[in-house]
Amino acid sequence: MNTSLNTAAISLPAPAPLLSRTGWTAFLAALIVVCALAPVLNLLVPASSMFHLSDYGVGLIGRIMCYAICALAMDLIWGFTGILSLGHGLFFALGGYAMGMYLMRQIGTDGNYKSNLPDFMVFLDWKTLPWHWALSDSFIATLFLIIAVPGVVAFVFGYFAFRSRIKGVYFSIITQAMTFAAMLLFFRNETGFGGNNGFTDFKRILNIPIATPSMRMTLFVLTGLTLLGFFLLARWLISAKFGRVLQAVRDAETRVMFSGYNPLGYKLTIWTISAMMCGVAGALYVPQVGIINPSEMSPANSIEIAIWAAVGGRATLVGPILGAFIVSGAKSWLTVAYPEFWLYFLGLLFIGVTLFLPDGVVGLLKKLKGGSK
Amino acid sequence: MTPELLEEGARRAEKHRATLTAQGGRTESGGREAGFSRLHTPGEVDITHGRILYLEDVSVSFDGFKAINKLSLDIAPGELRCIIGPNGAGKTTMMDIITGKTRPDEGQVFFGSTIDLLRYKESEIAQMGIGRKFQKPTVFEQLSVFENLELALKTNKAVTASMFFRLDSAQSDRLLEVLHTINLGDSLSRLAGNLSHGQKQWLEIGMLLMQDPKLLLLDEPVAGMTDEETERTAELFLTLKGKHSLMVVEHDMSFINTISDIVTVLCDGSVLAQGTLAQVQADERVIEVYLGR
Repeated sequence: MNTSLNTAAISLPAPAPLLSRTGWTAFLAALIVVCALAPVLNLLVPASSMFHLSDYGVGLIGRIMCYAICALAMDLIWGFTGILSLGHGLFFALGGYAMGMYLMRQIGTDGNYKSNLPDFMVFLDWKTLPWHWALSDSFIATLFLIIAVPGVVAFVFGYFAFRSRIKGVYFSIITQAMTFAAMLLFFRNETGFGGNNGFTDFKRILNIPIATPSMRMTLFVLTGLTLLGFFLLARWLISAKFGRVLQAVRDAETRVMFSGYNPLGYKLTIWTISAMMCGVAGALYVPQVGIINPSEMSPANSIEIAIWAAVGGRATLVGPILGAFIVSGAKSWLTVAYPEFWLYFLGLLFIGVTLFLPDGVVGLLKKLKGGSK
Repeated sequence: MTPELLEEGARRAEKHRATLTAQGGRTESGGREAGFSRLHTPGEVDITHGRILYLEDVSVSFDGFKAINKLSLDIAPGELRCIIGPNGAGKTTMMDIITGKTRPDEGQVFFGSTIDLLRYKESEIAQMGIGRKFQKPTVFEQLSVFENLELALKTNKAVTASMFFRLDSAQSDRLLEVLHTINLGDSLSRLAGNLSHGQKQWLEIGMLLMQDPKLLLLDEPVAGMTDEETERTAELFLTLKGKHSLMVVEHDMSFINTISDIVTVLCDGSVLAQGTLAQVQADERVIEVYLGR
């Protein structure tokens, strides 16, 4: 047939590599900074040197890296699949609480009441551990719960929401209501999560004291590695055909259905993966800040995750990570320097990004790079 | 079924077999006559009774408005059927019912003789081999032409299969062939959102071809196309006829004149007239609904 002659001239694009050459270079650089540079600057360089990385700095960057994981997770579900969740703070908090329960049990009898039970239970005059604390003694079980609890909650919620074809702003509102309801539930003392004080005063993790410089650095490195690992996972998901189906769901869901794909499975998979990533971020966050309480589930926290993604640039993966660093960095500086202006700044930032940077910081950088050529 | 319907079905099946043999193709039974006792394979379209699509007494109403009213219609294998009708006649609603988007209040919809379409979801119906083109061209605007076609490709469409999917060489050839057919070979890596309206229509038709459907439902496929593009579309449809069955909803009468055998006129949710284009154009009732009194 003559068609074969003509088609031979066209070559199909090869499957995209996981990262470009520059991408891998930047990835390796980030890996070196997290695993080598930061520990050396913090632990070995003396405090008097200008190159010393302060403990405050380690804590701050460690925390922001947890936020960046959440922003990355948000990008998968919002940027690529077009489903705006305003309840991701819940999954973050669930992972945090799972870790917090383990850390509470690790206090042992060193609490104020010298009891085997966590202090708040003694205060409430409870004699035995509630059933849902059964696995909190085991670190392995805790690791499992950190992923499983947010995963199961997200799966069940997502199954019913996506099966009922709830979309757009309705879905966002329901997720917001979900995290708010969970917050009210966790505020109550009788649910056994420490009420409005939550969990704090942690002493040890794996029987090693938690408040030492080396433990702080270990958690920092672990968080950095998790962030980088999740980034690669997200890249892999997005560069597979799976990722293109997600974008297709975002752009024209009916066409996806009439092309023979059932969007339910796709949405549910990415939604659950995204929630699990947030759970892991929460679990890494809690030992670093030393506290978890229901305010982590407040609607404002979830909205902030969406802001990180929007500021950095949706559907870019790198963008939301940058966004988390930019916004949280600005927050930690402004709330110290000009505490009363932080909320105005956040509002202005959101308006500014929506009006002038629809593709976020990454979009701006791309435009500048394109313009200079 | 009445004896006339049975006989008509037998005639159609015979005609379909004759076309396929004339085109050098082979029927599913390898060119042999159909036996009277056949094993029924679930999920396989049974066209031995001469019908690939069969609607009987289908009705659906939205808030009291009868969009489809006792509609009965059938399509023979390999047929190219044109559907015309004034606005609000129920053409798009009928396609919604066939593809599972809308559930009828009553009636039966069969794909072949054995598959009850009312039991399946949109995605399952698409996988069985019914492809649909929308009135407004619907492509994945943020993906390239290549990626659009790749997504439509007939393959395992489960989540895990998509995670590990690699295009094999047979599939690449198929993709290139379709790309050539729809004349978008040099726009391979352009974003679908940047294509012209007519090119988007072609891309959507290409996506249908990638699905390799047995029945194609095309809602206004040449709307917004230039005369030349329309002509090429007509040629394409005529080559598809025979191997595939097509149902084309169109308003462009010259286009219909080029491609049609039988034209069905829908009005107020049921069939008003059916026949060749000349026949229906001469029909008093058709003139009345189109021109009014």
